[in-house]
Amino acid sequence: MTNARQRAYALRDRFVAAGAQAVEPPILQPADLLLDLYGEDIRARAYVTSDALRGEQMLRPDFTVPVVQMHMEHGAEPARYTYAGEVFRRQEDDPERANEYLQVGYEVFDRVDPAAADADVFALIADTTSGLNLRAATGDIGILMAAVDGLQTSDRRKTALRRHIWRPRRFRALLDRFSGRTPQPDTRAALLDGRVETDVPLTGLRSQAEIDARIAALHADAAEPPISGAQIDSLDALLQVRETLPFALAQLHDLSVDLPAIRTAVKRLDARANALKDRGIDVDTLEFEANYGRTSMEYYDGFVFGFYAEGRPDLPPVASGGRYDALTRRLGQGQEIPAVGAVIRPGLLVELEGGQ
Amino acid sequence: MIKLGVPSKGRLMEKTFQWFEKRGVMLMRTGSDREYAGAVDGIDGVALVLLSAGEVPRELAAGRIHLGVTGTDLIHEKLPLWEQQVEPMAEMGFGHADLVLAVPQGWVDVDLTDDLDAVAAAFRATHGFRLRIATKYHRLVRDFLRDAGVADYAIVDSQGATEGTVANETAEAIADITSSGETLRANHLKILEDGLILASQATLWRARGADLTDTDRAVLSALMAKLSLS
Repeated sequence: MTNARQRAYALRDRFVAAGAQAVEPPILQPADLLLDLYGEDIRARAYVTSDALRGEQMLRPDFTVPVVQMHMEHGAEPARYTYAGEVFRRQEDDPERANEYLQVGYEVFDRVDPAAADADVFALIADTTSGLNLRAATGDIGILMAAVDGLQTSDRRKTALRRHIWRPRRFRALLDRFSGRTPQPDTRAALLDGRVETDVPLTGLRSQAEIDARIAALHADAAEPPISGAQIDSLDALLQVRETLPFALAQLHDLSVDLPAIRTAVKRLDARANALKDRGIDVDTLEFEANYGRTSMEYYDGFVFGFYAEGRPDLPPVASGGRYDALTRRLGQGQEIPAVGAVIRPGLLVELEGGQ
Repeated sequence: MIKLGVPSKGRLMEKTFQWFEKRGVMLMRTGSDREYAGAVDGIDGVALVLLSAGEVPRELAAGRIHLGVTGTDLIHEKLPLWEQQVEPMAEMGFGHADLVLAVPQGWVDVDLTDDLDAVAAAFRATHGFRLRIATKYHRLVRDFLRDAGVADYAIVDSQGATEGTVANETAEAIADITSSGETLRANHLKILEDGLILASQATLWRARGADLTDTDRAVLSALMAKLSLS
């Protein structure tokens, strides 16, 4: 057995000792579910294979989705799970990155005290990786989502912004459009003035009714006042929060005067900070970045964190995790449960320990 | 021996032969019409390898040919980190083709990738599956759409007659190579204003990883001098 694998099983045993049940999801996962969740981007990251009976399958790119699925089907509450095994990631751009590596995870499904569950997971990962001088980064996607929900603008615009929270550039372009900072394209103006006509027959599945509905929506949007500069400024100030946790909290409390919608989310962060402190985490030096986690997989919707090796910017995070309540809703067929989890890469742990 | 890979048939082969001939290097096919054998005149130490344009990227990457002629589109699609594997020596001025994103002309509300993204979201909500884009250039299209911030689409593979997939309702949009746009128009499709994914033309490439003896090196620089590329 390799060192990394020994380490993986030792970590899993440790998580079992912390109260988790060990599970072993299959390596082959049905592709349609993952595609439905992640979209086409997952194809760039996961190996797809197929057979005539089961159709497209993916070599598991992560454990979270199958574990959530398993829990939603027949899990008791509350529940804690752990697993250790390979995940597979296609690499198209960087030959140095591993396309197959071990992951050990810890997932908590608990509706009683989310702040405590967040802190449990973070503290457990911090404890398992202590001694390696890792830098922890934290964030909270839930605050940003709350800020978007609180904008004084149409639901349609809020939905569009929420959909692109995980694509920061697109998010920014939409904000600029909705606030009138970038003018609408000429083609849009022509369409709204009724200057666009075509006598070409409509082909394809998208119907005339769908086209008409979008044009009506565009007219409604054009009549909508721009999102005010003050709201955009507050949102920008929020996105720029990058401080140690106590200072970040102070800034967020100040910001919630102008963005009252984030109050509940900021209170959750308060509670989390206290829970982390209770578990011996030095929150005074813990980094918090409002923008953190926006370019990762789009299922995290609350607390997000990662542990990075100092002086090794070439390495991916040694551990990472976060809260994914919405994923349980998507996979729960009408049910949902607050959930938080994290993964560690034992291979990187062994490599870093060897280098010390 | 320096191996030069050239497309084995059609206009691309003829134009390639003409391009080299203009520069004093005669490429020719030998044997019967159906035999893929060739010869080189005008310089010693260069061998002609005739193969499909689609295989040139792979052969260059493997170092089995030292030089090769193929389109930019195929190099970018088939070779990840292509800059590290091949070096473009000359754009040859023919084989112009653009990889473009096209939607039905009847979609009067769609002109930009922005619009396509909004339509994709609505389409998924209405139909319960993602808006399908038919193409054989999976990687290029995916990278392009990721940069453009388009979500809620799915790529469906189409190795030919791609323009027909929309009318056949197996896709809602397509990404394909076009030179004049005529096939697109004939199939009632229009190119998005910001839908140019890649402007491609026939290009002479050098394999960075191919082994060279000292003699090979001398032949290569003589050839480059002859082609006025050194």
